[in-house]
Amino acid sequence: MSSLSYAAGDSLTMLRRNLKHALRYPSMTVTVVAMPLVMLLLFNYVFGGALGSGISGAPTGGGSYIDYVAPGIILMAATSGALSTAISVCSDMTEGIVNRFRTMSISRASFLTGHVVGSVIQTLISIALVLGVALLMGFRPTATPVEWLATIGVLTLLILALTWLAAAMGLIAKNVETAGNLPMPLTFLPFLGSAIVPPESMPAGLRWFAEYQPFTPVIETLRGLLMGTEIGNNWLIALAWCLGLTLTGYLWARTAFTRNTKC
Amino acid sequence: MPMAIPMPATPTAPTRSPLPPAITASGLSKSYGDKVVLDGIDLHVPEGTVFALLGPNGAGKTTTVQILSTLISANAGQVRIAGHDLTHEVDAVRAVIGVTGQFAALDNLLTAHENLMLMADLLHLRRHEGRRRAAELLHRFELSEAAKKPVSTFSGGMRRKLDLAMTLVGKPRIIFLDEPTTGLDPRSRRTMWEIIRGLVTDDGVTIFLTTQYLEEADQLADRIAVLDQGRLVAEGTADELKRLVPGGHIRLRFGDPRAFDAAAALFASATRDSEDLALRIPADGSIGTLRAVLDSLDGAQLRAEALTVHTPDLDDVFLTLTARTRPGAGANSRKESVR
Repeated sequence: MSSLSYAAGDSLTMLRRNLKHALRYPSMTVTVVAMPLVMLLLFNYVFGGALGSGISGAPTGGGSYIDYVAPGIILMAATSGALSTAISVCSDMTEGIVNRFRTMSISRASFLTGHVVGSVIQTLISIALVLGVALLMGFRPTATPVEWLATIGVLTLLILALTWLAAAMGLIAKNVETAGNLPMPLTFLPFLGSAIVPPESMPAGLRWFAEYQPFTPVIETLRGLLMGTEIGNNWLIALAWCLGLTLTGYLWARTAFTRNTKC
Repeated sequence: MPMAIPMPATPTAPTRSPLPPAITASGLSKSYGDKVVLDGIDLHVPEGTVFALLGPNGAGKTTTVQILSTLISANAGQVRIAGHDLTHEVDAVRAVIGVTGQFAALDNLLTAHENLMLMADLLHLRRHEGRRRAAELLHRFELSEAAKKPVSTFSGGMRRKLDLAMTLVGKPRIIFLDEPTTGLDPRSRRTMWEIIRGLVTDDGVTIFLTTQYLEEADQLADRIAVLDQGRLVAEGTADELKRLVPGGHIRLRFGDPRAFDAAAALFASATRDSEDLALRIPADGSIGTLRAVLDSLDGAQLRAEALTVHTPDLDDVFLTLTARTRPGAGANSRKESVR
């Protein structure tokens, strides 16, 4: 076998290990899914009435607030997945088994790849659940099959970016508590974008931030694909952010893992 | 007992021709900032032997194992493991070594069987070969019954056994054991010792172990090196090391003062303990010396109540050797041990 297929095989072994963990100890997965679900219920049923009438002039596509907020909540499910990645990478690093992996003749990246791919799969599943609940609550996307595929693609790219960043955070965190806190800004960022309300309703400074932060073009792209609102060049900006962040996260994580090895 | 099933693979022929060294190191150094952890140590471990690195906490034992097992890199020094250069042929080194560290390197969320299968997969064994190996090792370490239980429910002794079993999945030729019995109860410790001995005699594996227990080094090791503050302060067999420190003697106790006085006159070099009616005659512990003492007693028709032979144990050696650098506490413990 070539070294590349060894690397793929090792990553697959690591992925199996992580999925087994997730299936056997689902509490983390449940938390990850529960958070965006609670947000969805909260924003639609509790704040929805007031927010919905407040932004009625904004391009929501359909008429109801759920059509505006659902894509934003879907994005939150992605950030919530990142949180669990950081925690699981960090707690895994405190286990002696990682040192065993390091003394074995296995592909260096496989440990991280296994974690990241496992997290992407888990997060996609949790997004599917959130989407399902949103549909039950009256979310009516107008997307064509091609647009649905594009939605899945954009989401996967975003999750990949967030997960690599979170993996790096999990590696540099000294303990599991810190690992749980480091990605917090990521989970908070969608609020300061167009996830819940349009940036036009925000004060000037915040509005500027909301318009230029990475999540807004992603949300706008999702909203456009699902609800048929105007996308413009948002898809291009979203793509650039996702690829840039993935690369940053990957390089950061790889360096952090190697540095840990040499400690 | 644990080692009933011999391992099938014994690739090395039993012929004891000149053995190639399993591990050689020269001038191995490591420091973190200003703190020197290893200060140029040399090692030579022949294949198929047990080498014990003995030292107090913080002496640099774990650092040595971490360097030799490719976990961290040294600042200076040459190391060859099974003929492979440690810095330039890392993968070749990793392919022949196995490491069982101080902290159990297990996946707590998986079962014992899954842990072993994880190793088999990472070693790219075929599925059925992996299964066979896992079953064999579980049986060998008496873990078959617990095979399907999550490792988090295991006792300390079971964890340590599984840890070693995981190391053995890859049939390593050289095994590093970092304090393999620290924290184990006496029974589990003995079981571990049996297992380690079995690895050497049945499989011809080379063992490099660190320990702070002198008894463990004495029990297991062919050669022992004493590490103190990053330097090797002594190296040799247990007996050689024991000879480094004085203190061996024959103690004779007598039933009445007359015999005691007569015997004291007989052995000029003896020190008297009038209270116990006992004599301490300096001796190297050899049978010749013992016989000479008995012959002299017989010649003078003296009867001793009790005879005991005292040889310095590794505790004496350890405390003597590691006391030099620490005059305060070390000197005191030395006195204690001699008494």
